Amino acid sequence: MSLRSPLGQVTGLGSAKDGTGDWWSQRVTAVALVPLTLWFLFSLLTLPGLDYITVRTWLSFPMSAFLAALLVVVLTYHSYLGTTVVIEDYVHSHGTKLFSLLLLRFLYVLVGGASIFAILRVAFGS
Amino acid sequence: MPSRARPLSPHVGIYRWQIGNSLSILHRATGVLLAVGLLALGYWLVSLAGGEQSYAAAVRLFASPVGVLFLMGWSFSFLYHLLNGVRHLFWDVGRGFERAERHASGWLVFLGSITLTLCLWGLIWAEHHS
Repeated sequence: MSLRSPLGQVTGLGSAKDGTGDWWSQRVTAVALVPLTLWFLFSLLTLPGLDYITVRTWLSFPMSAFLAALLVVVLTYHSYLGTTVVIEDYVHSHGTKLFSLLLLRFLYVLVGGASIFAILRVAFGS
Repeated sequence: MPSRARPLSPHVGIYRWQIGNSLSILHRATGVLLAVGLLALGYWLVSLAGGEQSYAAAVRLFASPVGVLFLMGWSFSFLYHLLNGVRHLFWDVGRGFERAERHASGWLVFLGSITLTLCLWGLIWAEHHS
């Protein structure tokens, strides 16, 4: 027999506490992406060119590499949350849904990881 | 057995296309397109880290007619998703829900993102030919 009061059970498990985690993360990452994506766009537009030397020099500045890494992390997470909802909404068969959600998760970690690794390689010049 | 099909509850197919639901679906569609763009961004970064030759190959791909078409699609998707995303954030804090406000912000976001896309590519074109 549980000694917890009905109110205690409700406040610990209510949907407003735990159920909105992904929804909230989607909004927080959205807010963070406004300055990050605009920084990226303006940086590329204001570079004298997009040739190898120019872009590589730009991305090897500590501030560029740091912000680019942040951009990739937040963008990957935001995109992962969004496409997950799309699959949850439109894929109805249980097996296919589970498989596509797993595949999606692996793909995002792979692409996000490869992008971060590439930025670090440029930043540390290897 | 019933002699005719039983009625089903309404699904997306029965709704009239209006500014509200069209822009909502466009937000999703541009989001999915941008997810594909994330792959392209990753490829671009990996090619940059790989050295001059792999970067040149990536630039050739992006500068090809199909590549430019994709970049235009991604830039419109980004600008629309950005503006409409801000519109959604206003709704999340409880602002702008009135019918007139929804319509006005919807048209502002749609026409604004088209205008900004055209400005962006005008700028790129001008820099390329200067």
